[in-house]
Amino acid sequence: MMDAGRHPNITLLTYSEVEQVSGYVGNFQVRIRKRARSIKEDVCTGCGVCQEKCPRRVVDMGFEAGMGRRKAIYFAFSQSIPNLPVIDRENCLYFTRGRCKVCEKECPAGAIDFEQEDQLLDVEVGAIVVATGFGMWDPTQLPQYSYGLSPNIITGLQFERLTNAGGPTSGEILTAEGEKPERVAIIHCIGSRDENAHPYCSRFCCMYSLKHAHQIRDKTGAEVYDFYMDMRAFGKAYEEFYERVQEEGITFVRGKGAEVEVLSDGKLRVKGEDANLGRLVAADVDMVILATAVEPQPDADRVASLFGLGRTPDGFFAEAHPKLRPVETSTAGVFLAGNCQGPRDVPDTVAHAGAAALEAVRLFNQGEVTISPTIAVVDAVQCVGCGECILSCPYTAIARDGNGKAEVNPALCHGCGTCVATCPAGAITALHFTDQEIVAQIDGLLEMMA
Amino acid sequence: MNDTFEPRIVAFLCNWCSYAGADNAGIARMESPANVLPIRVMCSGRVSPEMILRAFRSGADGVLVLGCHIGDCHYISGNHRTIKRVPLVRNLLGYVGVNPDRLRLDWVSSAEAPKFAKVTREFVETVRALGPIAEEMEQ
Repeated sequence: MMDAGRHPNITLLTYSEVEQVSGYVGNFQVRIRKRARSIKEDVCTGCGVCQEKCPRRVVDMGFEAGMGRRKAIYFAFSQSIPNLPVIDRENCLYFTRGRCKVCEKECPAGAIDFEQEDQLLDVEVGAIVVATGFGMWDPTQLPQYSYGLSPNIITGLQFERLTNAGGPTSGEILTAEGEKPERVAIIHCIGSRDENAHPYCSRFCCMYSLKHAHQIRDKTGAEVYDFYMDMRAFGKAYEEFYERVQEEGITFVRGKGAEVEVLSDGKLRVKGEDANLGRLVAADVDMVILATAVEPQPDADRVASLFGLGRTPDGFFAEAHPKLRPVETSTAGVFLAGNCQGPRDVPDTVAHAGAAALEAVRLFNQGEVTISPTIAVVDAVQCVGCGECILSCPYTAIARDGNGKAEVNPALCHGCGTCVATCPAGAITALHFTDQEIVAQIDGLLEMMA
Repeated sequence: MNDTFEPRIVAFLCNWCSYAGADNAGIARMESPANVLPIRVMCSGRVSPEMILRAFRSGADGVLVLGCHIGDCHYISGNHRTIKRVPLVRNLLGYVGVNPDRLRLDWVSSAEAPKFAKVTREFVETVRALGPIAEEMEQ
């Protein structure tokens, strides 16, 4: 991350959003909204005094996943790149009540700028890699797991903060009451492989749940109950890790945890079926960790239409071919990296992202794009400018020229011919699949059979 | 109508799914009727109503349009056009006195070689039962 931040050929725009994309492979014009941090980026030294002195404290729903607090002026997380804070205008006392400005007073560099406004940047790029990541499925949607009814029912991501040395408990695994748990339950597949939520497997929860089981055993010595449907230890050295964790004295229950009940004394009762024993089982525990599903980002719709991406039925962005073109998309010059295309763990994400970057570099090195000769061309004389073809094109490859006539961009056209069949004026020709060629085939074949 | 009538069927197959499905049916040595005259198009969305009508005018007893399953189109949404277009052409056929069952739209993916064989066999039998189109036009 630091290398990316320092690299002379990389311009890092964090706290920014793509607003508009036009053009085509090799020649994209992108409009980026660089949101106002309220910090002069070239002046700030990243010392952190502002964060220290800020009097306003709020629950951090971002990096801390609700497990810790942050200030109204804050760094996204320690060692964030770039090392710049941001003022959360919804919570800052100056922005909400008009007075405070403690950070401005304390900043030794004079880097605070309350008047800063969003900036619009127009950049020209040759290729785009979409790496927008994933969202976490909200477990309150399945009320039988009682998420939200007890502070000791947490998600896997929240547990990550709890066990992290930089987290709210400095890495100690503690219940909300501040005590070491004696018994902990982990439930897999919350929202995954479930016809009431997401039908697909979220792929990496099994492995992080095993890691959590190991960390709980290692740090607290608590009894761990691991409710799983199938253990998917699919990667290199993963099965070996599973075997190692099995030897650490963890109770594995084969069968999905069905329900979590909050008892009157605050303890949690996890019920489920042990399919190996063929019996219903229950365990009273102090903490429950839900391995919640991975899902597409909530704004995946907007991002898909912005970059012209298709989506698979699970909502993730669609690759051009599931096996042979896993990082390309249906829009030439736009590539996918990581979980925005589907759930994958860290090694797979790194490999996928490397492939996407190389596909982009390959485009640049070639300098030219090879396209198939089967594309559509418009006869401007016959075109009446009705625009039906523009609506029918799945690739937005057709636009109006200066005279209101349709014009096909050969770099974007894939040659499906849908516009040809749609054009009421017969003004579009599909090269190598012309009407005359097809009619000649029809007549020839029928004559042959006559 | 007699039992020796062999209908002539023009089949428009999309390059990515159905043509490959037909190919695979051949590779797997599945039996499919020789009455089917395949014409490769890049997408089922390329098949215009004029082409279907032209096939009937040139003497086809039936026309089969096969494309990728909805959601699986190689061209994202080309077959969305096909699914709207073919029922309209069927209506038109009924209007001009051609039995609409002589036109069939179905989805065959490249992995569905058995389905290709099944759909073509079924359709040939359907058209065989309807008889030659020339007789229908005379009535």
